[in-house]
Amino acid sequence: MKEVVTIDGQGIFYRELNAKLRQAAWNGTQKIELRNVYGQRYIGTNLDKPVEIEIFGTPGNDLGIFMDGPRIIVHGNAQDGCGNTMNSGEIIIHGHAGDILGLSARGGKIFVREDVGYRAGIHMKEYQGKKPMVIIGGTAQDFLGEYMAGGILILLGLNLKEGERHKANFIGTGMHGGAIYMRGEVQEFQLGKEVGVAELDENDYLILKELVGEFAYHFGYDAEEILKYKFTKLFPLYLRPYGRLYAY
Amino acid sequence: MKELSRINNFYHDDKVMDACSLFGMMDTAGRRFSGKEVIEAIANMHVRGNGLGGGFAIYGLFPKYANYYAFHIMYLSREGQARVEDFLEQKFHVPHAEEVPTRPIPAIVNPPLVWRYFLEVQNEGTNSQSEDEYVIDRVMEINTQIEDAFVFSSGKNMGVFKGVGYPEEIAEYFCLEQYEGYLWTAHGRFPTNTPGWWGGAHPFNILDWTVVHNGEISSYGINRRYLEQFGYNCTMQTDTEVVAYAVDLLMRRHGLPVEIAAKVLAPPLWSQIERCSPEEQRIFRTLRQVYGSLLLNGPFTVIIAHQGEMIGLTDRIKLRPLTVGVKGSVLYLSSEESAIRLVCPDLDRAWIPMGGEPIVGSLEKPLEPARHCEEHKRRGNL
Repeated sequence: MKEVVTIDGQGIFYRELNAKLRQAAWNGTQKIELRNVYGQRYIGTNLDKPVEIEIFGTPGNDLGIFMDGPRIIVHGNAQDGCGNTMNSGEIIIHGHAGDILGLSARGGKIFVREDVGYRAGIHMKEYQGKKPMVIIGGTAQDFLGEYMAGGILILLGLNLKEGERHKANFIGTGMHGGAIYMRGEVQEFQLGKEVGVAELDENDYLILKELVGEFAYHFGYDAEEILKYKFTKLFPLYLRPYGRLYAY
Repeated sequence: MKELSRINNFYHDDKVMDACSLFGMMDTAGRRFSGKEVIEAIANMHVRGNGLGGGFAIYGLFPKYANYYAFHIMYLSREGQARVEDFLEQKFHVPHAEEVPTRPIPAIVNPPLVWRYFLEVQNEGTNSQSEDEYVIDRVMEINTQIEDAFVFSSGKNMGVFKGVGYPEEIAEYFCLEQYEGYLWTAHGRFPTNTPGWWGGAHPFNILDWTVVHNGEISSYGINRRYLEQFGYNCTMQTDTEVVAYAVDLLMRRHGLPVEIAAKVLAPPLWSQIERCSPEEQRIFRTLRQVYGSLLLNGPFTVIIAHQGEMIGLTDRIKLRPLTVGVKGSVLYLSSEESAIRLVCPDLDRAWIPMGGEPIVGSLEKPLEPARHCEEHKRRGNL
């Protein structure tokens, strides 16, 4: 049993790489350093041990898919489908992430320092104690929180200029559970038809304080500075927004 | 019910989950480079394709014959070749013809014969058509009327290389490491709905326009009928072909700038148009009225190229991936960022464009590193 294992990803096919990760995690390794990663998919899949995986490079699609427990730290950008159906654990990205971040996530936390692509948080869900949380430092592209069924999505807009709006349109389209918190300018027309806007209550601030605190800790920000600004809360208006559309 | 304990295929390989791969690399300062990095990058996205199509387009390829139309033709029989060569002798001046060099490799099976012809249009017999129009008509004539022959590349100072195989295999087969160009695009195919055959591999081409595509053009039927009115006949049995003809029609024949052509192919949604200024609204509504039949419906990312320009574009709600990278004067477009990082780890900048927003690299406006730093600072990313 080793505490730290280093794996060189150069030229290794994704299945072989994931098999090595599985082997190391099952051997009780506490930390794995992955170097020279160029697009290998599904890194962290099927891992259910609390191992820390530090990635140097650009991991491929579906990073941390079905992951159950590990912590992944990416020194670079993530591609599409990061955190797909993740069950528990953490993904911390020191860069940006591509489309469909955290799709169908059922638990765990994802922190992204910069922007995210289309459809971040699509169909995240929660059940009893399981609640996925996604915290994005920059802005998002369209369909943020689409069909969201549970969990928490926080968009901080730290790279927006004074008065600059968030990029996303159709925010929360089809949303029917969970909450979205946004810091920075967003206008009515950018929101989907299925979300309402609310002032934050005490409980909301407690959630923000905790998660923004963790975000600031990971990326070296001042949480209090971030929390000084006004946040908007988006919530689902309906439990089954398309119930009348598909039921005959 | 399936007995789960008897499943021995742990990875479930019988279900294929793929998508096409796209890669484009252009030095906007015009420096020509070998295909080594492009081949390496597209090979890095190997798992996106399934070996049923790979291809490349290269610009700045034939400086010695830069003013001649370079026809690249696939032949399924020697008779087809004889018929086409008779035809070309009648219709063009042919200063040079050669078989396209290939090396036999095990992965490439049953390839067609591939020949290259440098052609000059002679003024008599063109019926006062422009040379480009004359060339398009002859390409359509060969592709629809001469059996066992397909023109798959017909532009000046450029060439398409494609076939059935993974892109890195096609590159090896056509000895692409020996060529140089200032703009390369590449494609790995996962065919959807249409056959994986040599003519159906990407890029698709007419004159010097090429298109590589990831997605499905569900408006193919409407687009095809509209383009037929302008003399374009679809013969390659796959949806992407219409995009090549559409950009030729919009940008060459109708002279639209790329920003406007992009609004035809991926128009803003009506709800977005309503929020535009009156002047913009007038333009967008007019475009939708005039060119409604060229709207590309369905998910797509395309890399369009022609002499001096490379354009990346996705559908307006971004149902297929595209990442942009910039390093000095070089512009990269790719389905996945990792492919760019593999050949250029220290990019000045990498980002994901908005759906329907064209990303343009042009020899006329070379990228300046300094400008990008400014842009970077403005966005607060430094």
